Order: sequence, then structure tokens, then C-alpha cells
Amino acid sequence: MAEPAIAVRNLTKRFGTFTAVDAVSFEVARGEVVGYLGPNGSGKTTTIRMLLGLLRPTSGSAVVLGHDVAREPEWVRLRSGYMSQKFALYEDLTVLENLRFYGAVYGLSGSRLAQRSAEMLAMVGLDVHRDVRAGSLAGGWRQRLAMAIALVHEPPLLFLDEPTSGVDPEARRAFWDIIYGLADGGTTVFVTTHYMDEAEHCGRLGIMSGGHLLAMDTPTRLRESVAGDPWNITAPGANLAELLDRLEALPGVSHAGLLGDQVHLITAPGTHAAASLGAAAAPGAGAVADGIAVERVEATLEDVFAVLTTAPGGTPKEVAA
Amino acid sequence: MTGRLMAIVRKEFIHILRDPRTLMVSFVMPLIMLVLLGVAATTDVRNMPLAVWDQDKSAASRQLIEAYGAADYFKLAYDADSGAQIEQLITTGEAQAGLTIPPNFGADLAAGRSVEVRLVIDGSDPTLAQTALAAATQLGQAQSVRVVTERLATKGQAGAFTMPIAVQAQVWYNPDLRSAYYMVPALIGIIMMFQCVVLTSTAIVRERERGTIEQLIVTPVRSSELLLGKLAPYVLLGFLDTLEILVLGVLLFGVPIAGSVPLLLACAALFLITPLGIGLLISTVSKSQQEAMLLSLFFLLPNIFLSGFFFPIAAMPTWLQAITYAFPLRYFLTIVRGIILKGAGVTELLPAILATAVYGLVVMTIATRRFHKRLD
Amino acid sequence: MTDGSAPDPGTLTRSPATSSPPASSPTPATQLTPLVSGRGLRRSFGEVRAVDGVTLEVRPGEAYGLVGPDGAGKTTTLRLLVGVLRQDEGTVEVGGLDMTERPDEARSRMGYLAQRFSLYGDLTVWENLRFFGEVRDVRGAAFRARAAELLGFVGLTGFEGRRADALSGGMKQKLGLACALVHEPDVLLLDEPTAGVDPVTRQEFWKLLIRLLAMGRAIIVSTPYMDEAARCTRVGFMHSGRILVEGTPRELTGAFAGHVLELAASPRRAVRDIAMADPDVEDVLAFGDRLHLRVRDAAGPLARLPGALARAGIALERLRPVAPSMEDVFILLLAAEAGRAGGPRATAEASHG
Repeated sequence: MAEPAIAVRNLTKRFGTFTAVDAVSFEVARGEVVGYLGPNGSGKTTTIRMLLGLLRPTSGSAVVLGHDVAREPEWVRLRSGYMSQKFALYEDLTVLENLRFYGAVYGLSGSRLAQRSAEMLAMVGLDVHRDVRAGSLAGGWRQRLAMAIALVHEPPLLFLDEPTSGVDPEARRAFWDIIYGLADGGTTVFVTTHYMDEAEHCGRLGIMSGGHLLAMDTPTRLRESVAGDPWNITAPGANLAELLDRLEALPGVSHAGLLGDQVHLITAPGTHAAASLGAAAAPGAGAVADGIAVERVEATLEDVFAVLTTAPGGTPKEVAA
Repeated sequence: MTGRLMAIVRKEFIHILRDPRTLMVSFVMPLIMLVLLGVAATTDVRNMPLAVWDQDKSAASRQLIEAYGAADYFKLAYDADSGAQIEQLITTGEAQAGLTIPPNFGADLAAGRSVEVRLVIDGSDPTLAQTALAAATQLGQAQSVRVVTERLATKGQAGAFTMPIAVQAQVWYNPDLRSAYYMVPALIGIIMMFQCVVLTSTAIVRERERGTIEQLIVTPVRSSELLLGKLAPYVLLGFLDTLEILVLGVLLFGVPIAGSVPLLLACAALFLITPLGIGLLISTVSKSQQEAMLLSLFFLLPNIFLSGFFFPIAAMPTWLQAITYAFPLRYFLTIVRGIILKGAGVTELLPAILATAVYGLVVMTIATRRFHKRLD
Repeated sequence: MTDGSAPDPGTLTRSPATSSPPASSPTPATQLTPLVSGRGLRRSFGEVRAVDGVTLEVRPGEAYGLVGPDGAGKTTTLRLLVGVLRQDEGTVEVGGLDMTERPDEARSRMGYLAQRFSLYGDLTVWENLRFFGEVRDVRGAAFRARAAELLGFVGLTGFEGRRADALSGGMKQKLGLACALVHEPDVLLLDEPTAGVDPVTRQEFWKLLIRLLAMGRAIIVSTPYMDEAARCTRVGFMHSGRILVEGTPRELTGAFAGHVLELAASPRRAVRDIAMADPDVEDVLAFGDRLHLRVRDAAGPLARLPGALARAGIALERLRPVAPSMEDVFILLLAAEAGRAGGPRATAEASHG
């Protein structure tokens, strides 16, 4: 079995008395597309910064592509590509100038730089716009340029930060097709995001909260293993907010929310059945009793996230910025 | 390493070339400042309008009046016919000085008696008034000497009169006391300082505002490379400006350069370190370009006023003079005026050069340390 | 809780001075008159048609989701509805008042949380609220009562003295919401309120919105996130300045029910090729650990694919029909739209939506 692209063991980072990352361990194989999620203050960003060699761990180790990041941060950075949603391109530089700049920064030069620049522009479809100032590009094109920049030096490891946020589904699909193509070719991809749309594109997801890594598994298995039974309850004509309040107050209900015109509940495993929920839903103001439908559904990633991060031990705290 | 550094330098140049504001500040501003300060803000006193009340109207009084008019300092503007009119002309500003010649001037003079001529000067601008005063007194004295000489000549002792104490005044370095010669070299220092502080600090802050610094941090770029790369173009700009001002100074104002230009450029390079360091320092504490600009001005203004550019340091109170030692521009002005006007060399300027070097070193060290920390 | 992480399930009382009565008994939404309606709205910026014939209505108790990517025209639409921008064509009515004729009255019925909404960082929570109150003529004792109530509602009680830039992202959003509600508007327009906000905070924010709906307010939310669309009462998919389709999430996904299959097997590329080769498979959308197949008819592929995979030596993990996701729906709509319009539009112009 080939050596993992990323091997993190008991990685810990403390800032004074505050433990931002607490003994996190995981491995990412080469060619995997892994997502990393967590609310603000969960330690997610700190972990990434350690993987990029920007912060030194307090204890534990992070070995990236076979090299200890704490000891050889430059080596790692040279082989990582980074694409950020908040990516700030140089507005007054053209598309090509931006690309060439970053290429040079990553050590490319001469004909190699020219060749890679041309290849990247072709790959993202920007060769027609190569002499356009980056400041005049519209959203989707900026994202493509950011991608070209992240990939110009053919990094074996790619860090993506909310890469397709706000992008239309067609563009998103094109983006992920490229990423999957790269992954098939052995590039390892590490995605951080707040959005489930994006998380769905990852082969495995790591969920962090309060400095701990709570889970690391495929989206499907995460959904299957959620500690609770998910339900969708439809009550035509009901006052939804009132219904929500009532259902949320039931014993055994760990999470409740609205999904369009339905109430989405998660109950502790085995505490409820369709009948009991239907009965609880019925005596609502104006609700038509026989219009009520209670459906056992599959958990969504959002459910997974909610259950994991609000369970005792994983309580997210509102941290002042 | 050089590849990355060159990439950053090249990028900075592109930014500068594409930013019309920076280019304006770099090249047009010095020109404007030079012209304005050199031409308009001259402290040379010339052609001060003089109102004359000649109560004698004799040949002697006319001779006196002509003597006043012949010198550059005064311009015969008004023939007044009363003291009140002179007063009024001065109050309204139409005249800046008023000469009153008493009724029996010519007769008294011929009779060998002393006469008193009254000169009234508008003191609201002390610089003008002082020059006018000095000029008028000197003219009066010259006239006196002439009269005495004539008297002696009529008594048969022509040419026997000499002033017991002859003050041989010789003005070195700027014999015509042209203020342009004084201003232009100083302008080099001011403009270079202004450029480097303002442009450097705003350039770095702008990068941070846009968020591109974040993006660079995750690349292999080292903070020292980023630093050098960002500062390099402004060093070059500073140099080009020095040359621009020198050339313009010579062409437009005929400022003669007595000393060695290579030495001047070398000292300019040394001096540059300080404003670059200050610009860097300001960029680490500013959150916006506006703030950077304001802090830059806050730093620049005392330098300009207390460096000896407008106001001679010797004229300041002692305690303030001591404070001027804290301002780097002071040393550079000494150097630049020394080289251009006096042809001074390294030996004469050593203390100022050392001071500049030390200043630069200290400022740059503090600034780089802060810069590195900020990035990490 | 004192750390502001969960809202008190309090209600906001309506002061008697407001003109519209609170919705007490739940009337089916379709029978109520719309609180906001925009008809035939058009707005261009130079050559760019940011909004190209948009008609929408929102009724009390509804959360309308304006869903679409950046540049679709969502922000411009909201701005037209709030009256911050003047429309080139079309009308905007708020509670029966025409925005063009009586803009001040109309605007007083609306609360708006802009996308680039900034609080005054160096002012405290209370000072921010007070400022927005004053600007809306809510002062003195009336303001104090309202502010206390609002802070309780959003869960910021106890944080009055905290400077706004010392708040976490989620708390800032809640404060923004409070500021938009200070004058008790009937309608709340939120432009991408949960951008960049983590999922847990997003859940809490939506809970607040739900309670507002229960009081009979209407909410219009714009968002580029498909999963957020699912929370809205009704959704309008927006693209290139137009609303492609409108409906409840269930209606929209229901239209494509039976046309999406989930296939889990690896390696991805090979599996995808095999799936695309099937005659009834129209499109394949890849996700992290599975593929979504859009099919003309489910029966055929369900029968054929297992065999095709087995012949290629690939182990099949899972193949079954699933409910289409909102993303599936949007892509389908876009494909249909492209078919009608003759291709997707170039987006090289600067976005104004």
C-alpha cells in the first residue's frame, strides 16, 4: 500500500491555555478527495494552517507527502496548490500575468512556465481572455483563474477552500470534473467548506468541532450511521412554527427544523414511530388530522453535522471573533 | 529564490505602471513642487513698491530717490503728497515701504548739516520687512558715503575718505543669495522622503486590503523576498526622482552643482533606507490606505518644517534645535546642500552621513521585524 | 444560554401603532394578499440585463427563496423590490402601496439586510441598534422596549455593550437581523444572509426566520446554495436575470421524481463511462462517493447496469432510485433553458447581480 499523502497523528495546537486542535489523527491516501468541515472555532482552520506549514504544532505530527511539515514547511508549500474562495487576484494584472506570477513564485521559469501557463489557460477555458485584466472578470471566470493558478505547478496536493461557492451548477460540475480527473491521476485533494453541496463532492468527510475530529468517513456511511432517526412530517394547513415548537418539545427529539413546508425531525433511535409522531402532530391549530404524513427519511449531511456537533462533548461555542 | 524575487519585483512594476496615481505622484509632483517652490515661493525680496513723499523736490532729493529706485529691492511706485497718504498706501498694501524726505533736504545737505530721512516699512511680513530694512539702511549709508566723499572733494580732499572699518562681505556658495539654489537641493530630500514613505506604505497596505498577501503566505515565498520585492521599485523611483529634480534644477533654475554627483547619489541611496523603513513601519500599523496616507503625512510634516528646509534651524529656539536632531531629513539636507552648493566631500559630511546611516539601520531593523511578525 | 448560541423561543410583540394586523389564524397562504409583489421587472446596467422580466409575489407566512448562482440577478431583484434601485420597467407593490408613487411608506414596511451589510464595528451592539432605530424613527422608550425584545429574540441579550467587531460571524448576522427588524416591517428581504456562515449558525438563523413567519411576516431570501433552497416555502430558480421556474421544493423535485438513480461503485471513471453508455441514461453527475444518473426511465438502467458493471469486473455497491436533489433540478432546468435559448450565455462581463 502506498504511503499516505497526509498522515496526521495526535496533532495538537495550543494557544496559551486554549486548545484549538486536540489530538487529531487521520490519514488521507493519494488520489483521495477529502472534505473537512466544522463550525467557526472548531479548529478546522488551525489544522489546515498546520498542514500548510504556517503554524507549528504544539505536539503530535503531520507528515505530508512523506515529509514532516514542522521541519520542512517550505518543501510542503512548494508542492501544495491553494485555491481560496476569498482568493484575491491581482486586479490590475491580466489573466496571463497573474498566472505567470504565481508560476514563477512556485519555481517555474522559462519555457516550462510558458508551457504550463498555456496548458492551464486552455484547461479552464481562459485562453481567449488571457490579456483581460483580472479585475474585469466576472465571478465564474475568476474562479477558473484561481483554479489555474492553484494548479500551474502541478502540485501533488491541492487545498481547496470553498471552491464552488456561489457558482452555477454547470460551472460547478465542470470544476469537479477537473478535480476528479486530477484525483484519478494521483493528485490528493483536501477541501474545506461550510456547504453541504460542496461536501457531497468529497469521497470522505472529516467533521471537526471543539478541537476534536468527531468523524471521518464517506458521506453515505456518515448518513447511515447518524445517531438518530430522521423524519419528515407534512401537515397541510398547519401553523408550521407552532408545529415545530410542539414537536421539538417532545421527549426524544434531538433536532428539529423546517424543510420547505415540512418539519424535519431527528429523534433518538427507537424512541418514536410514525404513529406516535403523527399523533403528536395532529392536535395543531387548524391542522387537518388526516392530511398529516409522517415519513421516515434518510439523514442529510446537515443532520449528520448537526447531530455530531451539538452532542455533548462536541458542543460548538459562539466564539467572539 | 531569485526567480521568486524577480517575479515579485516585476509584478510591483506592473502595478506601478498601471496605477496613474502613483505615476503622477512620482513624476509630475516633483516637477510641480519644483516649479512652485522655486519660482513662486521665493524669499528674495525684489521690486517692493515704494511710496515717496518728497517734500523737498530738489536735485539732491531726486538723486536719493533714484538711488533707491536703481537697486533691485525697491520699485518706485507712488508719488505721495502727505504722510497720511503713505500710511494709507501701506495699509492697503499698495506700497510696502514709504520714504519721506524732509523739506530742506537738499539745502541742509549742501550746508554740511546732517539730515534725517524717514523710511516706513510694512512689517506684517517680517522676512520682507527685514530685507527692506537692511536694503534701505545700506542704500542710505551708501548715499551718505557718497555725499561725504563729494564734500571732501569740494574741500580739495578728493578720494581721501575711506571708511575706517571696511567690512569685506563675500557671500560664498550662493553669491546672489538666490533662494532657488537653496530650495532645489532641499527639494530632493523632501520629495524622496515623501515618495518613499507614502508610496511604500500605501502599496503594502493595499495588498493587505485586497487580501492578496494571504494568498502569498501559502506559497513558498519568504517574507524577506516579499519585503525586498515590494521595496525595490520604490528605490528605483526614488533615484529617478533625484535625477529628475537635479536635471530640472539645473535646467530651470541654473543651480550649479559644485560637488560630486556620484557622491550625491550614493548618499541619496543611503538616505532612502530611512523613508523606506518608515513606510514599511507605517504599513504594519495601518489598516487602510487612508490611514497609511495620514500617518505618512503625520511623519513628513515635522520633518519638513524642522529640517531646515523653510526655516533656518539657527533661528529656532535652542530646545527646538535639539529636537531637530531627531529628524532624518535634517541630516540629508545638510548633505545635499553641502554637495550641491558647497562642493563638500565625504570628510566634511561624515557626521551627517553616519547619522543617516545609523538612522536608516535602526528604522529598517524595527520595521522588518514587525513586518515578518505580521506575516506569520 | 448566555453565550448567544441559541435563541430564546420568545415572540416579538407587535406594537399597536402598526397598520397591518398580525396574522392570528393560519389561513392557507394562497388566499392571502401578497405583501410584496414585483411584476414584469426589468433593469439593465449598460448593456447587461441584470433583471429581465421578473414577476414574483410573496404572501404572509411565506419564505420565498430566490435561488441562483452569482450573477443571476438576485441582488438586483431584491434592490428593486426594496426601492433602492429604480426599475426600467415593471411595478413594485408593498402591501398595496406602489413603490414608485409612495416610496417612503412602502419602504417603511420592509426590512432589508444587504449582502455587504456592515455593522459599525466600533459601535456596540446597542449603539448599532439604536442608530438603525433612529434612522427609522424608532426612538426613546419605544425603541428601548423594542431593542430589548429584539435582542432577546435573536439571542444577544447580555451582549449590548459588546463592540460589533468583537462578535463572531453568526452573532453579527443576528445583530444584522435585529437591525433590519427594528421598525417592525411586514416583509424582510435578506440578501445571502448565511454566506460564509457555518451550518450550525445557519440552522439557528433559520429558526429565527421561521418564528418570524409564524407571526405573519413574509421573507424573501436570496441564496446561491441549493441546500438552502430546500428550507424555503417556495423557491424561484433564477438565472441570467429571469426566474426559470417557481414552486415549493417538493413540487420542484417531484417533477423529476423517478428520473434520478444513485449508483455507487468504483473506479469512478470506468463506472461513469459504463453508465453513460446506457441508452436511457441522459446525464451523469459525479459526487464524492457516488454518481447520480439522470434517466429517461428508471426501469431500463436498473435492469441493465448491474450486468454491465459485472462484465467489466466492477463490484456494484448500490444502485437505486433517489429523490432528485435541488442541484439535479437546477441542472435539468438549465439544460432545458439552454436548449430553448440556444446555449449558455457568456459570463465574461462584470456581474451586477
